Order: sequence, then C-alpha cells, then structure tokens
Amino acid sequence: MSQLSLPNPDQAVLQRRGEILKQLKKAAPHAILIADAEGRRTFETDALTAYRCLPLAVVLPDSTEEVSAILGFCHENQIKVVPRGAGTSLAGGALPLEDGIVLCLSRMNKLLSVDLVDRVARVEAGVTNSAITEAVAGDGFFYAPDPSSQIACTVGGNVATNSGGAHCLKYGVTTHNVLGVRLVLMTGEVVDIGGPSLDAPGYDFLALINGSEGQLGIVTEVTVRLLKAAEGARPMLLGFDSNERAGACVAAIIGAGIVPVALEFMDRPAIHVCEHFVGAGYPLDVEALLIVEVEGSQDEIDTLLEKIGEIAADFAPLVVRRSQSAAESAKIWKGRKAAFGAIGQLSDYYCMDGVIPLSALPKALDEIGWICRKYRFDVANIFHAGDGNLHPLILYNANDPLQLERVELCGAEILKLCVELGGCLTGEHGVGVEKRELMRVQFSETDIEQQMRIKTAFDPDWLLNPGKVFPLEGPVQ
Amino acid sequence: MTGHMRVGFHAPDTVEELAYLVAEAADTRTPLEVMGHGTKREVGRPVRHGAVLSTENLVGVPIYEPSELVLVALAGTPVAQLERLLAENDQEFPFEPLDLGPVLGFGPGQSTIGGLIVTNFSGSRRILRGSVRDHVLGVQAVNGRGETIRAGGRVMKNVTGYDLGRALAGSWGTLAVMTEVALKVLPAQREMRTVLCFGLADPNGVEALCLAHGTPFEVSGTVHMHAALAERLSDQEIANNGAAVTAIRVENFPASARYRSSRLKQMLQAYAPALELDTLRSRAFWDDVRRLKMFQQSGRPLWRISTSPSVAAKLVSSLARKIDVDVLYDWSGGLIWLETPPISDAGAVELRRTLAEFGGHATLIRAEASARAGIDVFQPLDAGLMALTASVKKAFDPVGILNPGRMYAGI
Repeated sequence: MSQLSLPNPDQAVLQRRGEILKQLKKAAPHAILIADAEGRRTFETDALTAYRCLPLAVVLPDSTEEVSAILGFCHENQIKVVPRGAGTSLAGGALPLEDGIVLCLSRMNKLLSVDLVDRVARVEAGVTNSAITEAVAGDGFFYAPDPSSQIACTVGGNVATNSGGAHCLKYGVTTHNVLGVRLVLMTGEVVDIGGPSLDAPGYDFLALINGSEGQLGIVTEVTVRLLKAAEGARPMLLGFDSNERAGACVAAIIGAGIVPVALEFMDRPAIHVCEHFVGAGYPLDVEALLIVEVEGSQDEIDTLLEKIGEIAADFAPLVVRRSQSAAESAKIWKGRKAAFGAIGQLSDYYCMDGVIPLSALPKALDEIGWICRKYRFDVANIFHAGDGNLHPLILYNANDPLQLERVELCGAEILKLCVELGGCLTGEHGVGVEKRELMRVQFSETDIEQQMRIKTAFDPDWLLNPGKVFPLEGPVQ
Repeated sequence: MTGHMRVGFHAPDTVEELAYLVAEAADTRTPLEVMGHGTKREVGRPVRHGAVLSTENLVGVPIYEPSELVLVALAGTPVAQLERLLAENDQEFPFEPLDLGPVLGFGPGQSTIGGLIVTNFSGSRRILRGSVRDHVLGVQAVNGRGETIRAGGRVMKNVTGYDLGRALAGSWGTLAVMTEVALKVLPAQREMRTVLCFGLADPNGVEALCLAHGTPFEVSGTVHMHAALAERLSDQEIANNGAAVTAIRVENFPASARYRSSRLKQMLQAYAPALELDTLRSRAFWDDVRRLKMFQQSGRPLWRISTSPSVAAKLVSSLARKIDVDVLYDWSGGLIWLETPPISDAGAVELRRTLAEFGGHATLIRAEASARAGIDVFQPLDAGLMALTASVKKAFDPVGILNPGRMYAGI
C-alpha cells in the first residue's frame, strides 16, 4: 500500500534475467515457467490486493525433485524465491519480489495416501484444504483446520500461515494437526520432518515450520491427522442488545466448563450485510449475534444447547434459537462463511486479525468503534469469539489514495490496541508484509533477533521470502 | 574467558539473576546443567557440566483466567501445585501430564511445569486433546547468550512471528532456560468411564483400541498391556485377573459418558468387554497409567517408542523374538512403553534395528549412566536433520553451554 517498501531489487539479477530464465528452464525442464508479462501479472498479488509487484518469473514444478532443483539453482545464483500456494494470503505473504521468482505449488495437488487405521493422510502441498476432508468424509473422518478460504487455499499455504478456522476452538489450528512435512531447504536439500506417528524425534521443527510464512524452506508434502467426525453438530443463535452483553456471555459459557466446537460473533453491521446477502435467517433487531455450535449425539447436543441457553439467560438475550434441521444449520453457517464476500460486495474492506484475551472483548470492541470513528470509517466485526480472534473489517474506498493511507493507520492503531490489551497482532492471517513493521509493537529487539537467527539457521542468505515478517532492516549478525 | 563462574548449584530467585548467570556462563564457557527439580536429570546422555542451574525458585502464577482457559506459571512451579489450583476451578491440563518421577526413583507430583514442557511428555489423553507442546501459548526463556526472550503470548491463537515457544517444548533445556510459560487449560471432565477387555493378544488388543478411536465418542485414552504388567496395577480386581488388559476411556458430562461407554461396548462386542469402571475406579486406573505404575518396581531399562498403531503389534512381536520385553501400548499403539532386560546396551541395537524395519523412533527413559553414555538415548537423526539441529542449537546457544550433549553429541 502507500507506505510499503520492499528490499531494493538486485540490479545484477534484473539485468541477467534472460540468462537466468534460460538456465532455470534447464535446471527444472518439466516445471512450467511463466516468463511473459501477461502471465506473470496473474501472480503479481495475493488476497491483499492493494500490494502488487511483477516477479522475475513464475515457476510451477510438479515434484519435490523439481522444487529441489529450482531451489538449488536459485541458491547457487543468489536469486530470491517467493513460495505460493493458492495466493489467498490476506497479509501479503505471497507478494512477489521484482528480482525474485514465484515458486507456485498449485500443480502438486495429489493426495498421496490415506490410512484410516492410523488416521493420517499424506498429501502434496498444493492440495486444497477442503480436498482432504472431501476424500475421507465418506468414512466419517475429517481434517480439522477450516479457514474460510478452505475451498481454494492449499495445505502448504496453511502450514506457512498456521491457519485456523471457525472450529479451532475445539480442534486446534494447523500446528496441532500436522504430523510431518517434506521440506526442501534453500540449498535444494530435502529433509523429512516427522511422519505418521504422533511425536517426531529431536527438536520440534514442525513448531517452527508451521507459521514460518515460507521463510524456512518449501514444504512439498504434508502428513496430517484425520479425526473422526462427531455423531452430529448443531448451532444455536443468541442475539443481544449490546456487544458487551454478547462478549460477557461468551466468557460465561466457557467459564461454565463448556467449550463449544465453534463460537462466532457478529455485530449489527455484519449481521445485516450477511442476512441481506445469504438470507441465513439471522435476527435483524439485535446489536450482536453469537453462533454457538456443539457436537455429539442428539441427546448430548440437546443437553448442551439447553445449558448454554440457561447461561445466556443471565445476559438478557433478545433471541435464543436452536437450529431445528440440517438445512437450517447449513444456512446459519453459510451466512457466516460468506460474510467477508458479502461485505466485499458492499465496499472495499481492510480486514484485521488481532487477538485479545477474552475478558477484554467488550473493551476491545468499544475501542475499535472509537478508533474507526476517529478515522471516519465504518466497521463490521465478525470473528471467532471463543478464542478472542477479532476480524474488524474496516470499510473504505481502495481507489482513494487518501483513504488507503488512513485505513492503514486505522488498522495499525487497532492492532496496537490488541497488543496493549494483552493480545497479539495476528491470530491466523500471518504477518506478511502488512504487519512487518508492527512486530516491534509486540516484541522487543531481542525477541525479534532470536526469531531472525532461526531464519538464518535455515536460510543463511535470506533468499526465501525475504522482506516479510520482520522489520525491513534484515538479519542480525 | 572474562571471569569465573562459580561451580555448584545455582537456583536464582529472579529471571534477571538467572539471565545474568547464563550470560556469565557464556562468557566463561561454563557448561550448565539446566533443571527444575531434577526428577528427570537421569534421562538423556550424561551431561558434563561446570555448574547446575535450577529454576526451582521461580515459583508463581502471574495469570490464571479460568474463563479464558489460560494459565501463566513460572517455570519452577510444581505441576502438582498447578493441578490443585486448576482442580479448585474445575479445570485441568488437557494433555494429562505424564509423571515420570516414580519410575525414576522420585515420588509422584514433584516435577516442575518447566521440566514438563521442555521434555514434552504427555499422558494418555494426548491422542484426543493434544500434547503438552500443543497447549503452549507462549514462553519467556533465557537463551544461551543470557538474553531474556519472549515468544508467543497468552492468547489462544497467535501467528505473530515464529512459534519459538512450542519449539522449546521437547528441547530438554538445550536451547534456552524456560522461565515462564502460558498454557491453554480446559474444563475438567466430570465423568469418566473405562471399558476393559481381558486376555486379548497384542494384535487384537491394538485392533480394539484402533476401532475405538475410529468411533465418534471422543475416546480419551486407550491402553493395552501384558498380563505381567497388569498384575502391578492398583485395582485389585484387575491385577488379580492374571490376563492382558485392554482399556478404553470415555469422558464428558455424566449422561454422555454413560451413553458413550454403552455404545462402545456394543461396538467392541467381538472383543468381549468384561468390565466397566466408574469415575472413581477409572481415575485410579489412569493415574496408574500416567505414573507408569507397572514400571515402577523393576528398575530395568525403559524405552518410549513412538510409531504407528498399525505396525505396533508386529514391531513388538518381531522384537520379542530377540529380547525379553514387557509392553504397554498407549494411544492405540502410537506410543509403546517397553521394558528390556538389563543388558549392557539396554537392548538398543535390536530395538533400533527393528524400528528401522517397521518405522518409528525410540527414547531411552531409564537406564544406568554407563548404558546411557554408550548408546544413543534419543533417536539418532539423519544427516540433514542433524545439520538443522546444530544450526538451531547455535541460533539459541552459540557457545553450547546449555545442557551440552544431553540429547546428541555436540548439541
């Protein structure tokens, strides 16, 4: 956006472009190489569309061997590499570099094996998130992380950003569900980390790789846990006359010892847009709406929903409605999953992803309202309330450079607020280029330096996805 | 060298003091043995150290928010103390901490939370709820430069920067000295039911466990053990049965747990479920498992093997043809606890040869120091992973003063 800068492109690389591409083709003859400007244009941005950059070239390998050959070549020639899955990053994680190639894993989309006894699947990194569940749903199993972009986003991208989703309150995020990866290091060396068993030997490299935004190596295969689906699941809707009451109800439900499988929050603007867009059956005369979903047998579900209804009664709910049918449940979720798209129909929006401790929820929503009013923007809030992961959508006009600049400042102020309240900058979207400079708000120089040393340990020359995650000054010596 | 680190035992009262000591040790290249209460100090390769650094005086709970499911504790706080605090609020550690104290010659409940995290030993509920590491939300630690670092935070979801906190889990104090940890906790399970089958051969026992995990009843613990081990359980009716035991646990609110156990029994009919334990007896049974009661008396070498359930029984039967072993299968066989005869290598050669054939890895949990000095206590890594291990060690502890050699030579 307005204030974004990327590392200065290496002029020598730009000048040698023709020769580099010729040699790259030779190094990985079966990979698809996109060199023309029009083809590269498709890859110039990700889901953070305000930032664009035309890469040196785009290369699409279809095997680990080719990824290894490409990285080996780039390492030898000191060419930067930006890994990309489906390009759904909301933080600019896959934003290209002018002097770097984009290495796109989308052709590596094979499901390699499924084992329902050991309850694991091995997939190539370019497989979409929902393809795993689709492959095993017939046997009653599923892959738990379910980011909103799950139809499009790839498992490799999920690993890079440690993706979550609506159901991670119960089932955890990607790092809890990945057992192993095949990782190609920048040198081209291939290492297998973890595997089909629950624990891997040695240091927990999987903890480092999940959420490393493609900066430590390129993941080409992933072994994931499969879980048996519950007998049934059903949501209920709880409507309140204030955000405060809804927020307090969330804390009360969890405090009472119930951890629903999902606990989603929408404020009035979000409710209206979604209802208008999908017709999900949301009440329109409330200020805040909770979607609470529980799982189990019919009796278990009834018992839990009744209990949640009793807890909610202390907060003067305007609406308490249990879903009565599978169709109604599907509609309720369709509204939630379509929320970002629905708001996108209405206006450009800048989606934040800060996290706060649950007890700070009412205060956070109040302050976010103030901050947005100060910058003269409307805001809609839709988020995973159970884990305090906020998604304020700041509505603005992307074609107005002044608004663009203002919305960035507004977003940064909201994220600083999240950190001040004891939370963090990003719960599931990643730092990317977007929040790079804000890292200092959350971490000390020493903390950041320690993280940078890990980057250096895996990629000493900082060729993999540089210019992301860390403030631009680069590595410490 | 710029000074002299005092040899002996250091147990600083503050993080600042601890960081100062580590910085001093780094300056003087003094290797430190890092520990909490030291209940697991006999695990791993023998460490050559110039001084001992304990976190035992860093005790306290800066934050506990039951309605946020978050607990922040200083590293030296005893796990037992934290479990009491959680219980007062009807909460618990979801991963059901494994208590190795009793098999290593200590009493139960003595380990510190820091020691639990850096060794990452989860109990039977790990398969449903996740490992110790999975519940780490953030840490404060002192790296080998003597710098105090923070990573992660205290909220449920956090992808801000690299996940260094979880990476410290299972690092055995070789990367940094953990000083504080934020953990996710969960409501305690109110009702517990355990369905038992007796006398099943290993393949059938593991098959029954896998079947149970393939049901939607949120099975939260599955073990199968040989008769020789079952005899050592506290529950006399089970101990006196004289048969192998296959046990499956379900939990939830009372009506649900009862429903789940009755459905499980129907589905396991082919394995003849013969006994169902109520909450009280279940707790005693699973407490035995989490304290490895069946391995407490013998003092023989004890191995922890991580593998796939589908190969577990074959792996054990192949090994049993060569050495005499007593076996407990946990996590439907994904984890195997195995006692070997007190031979000089603790059975390492045969075990690792068998693992190479079937897949999986092994850690030697209990053995004489002489045995531990001569073999790989932790699973040897291939060259690529070993090189990464060395790089990451260097990134945290450049001069190699924190528990040097504890996991691997040179690390």
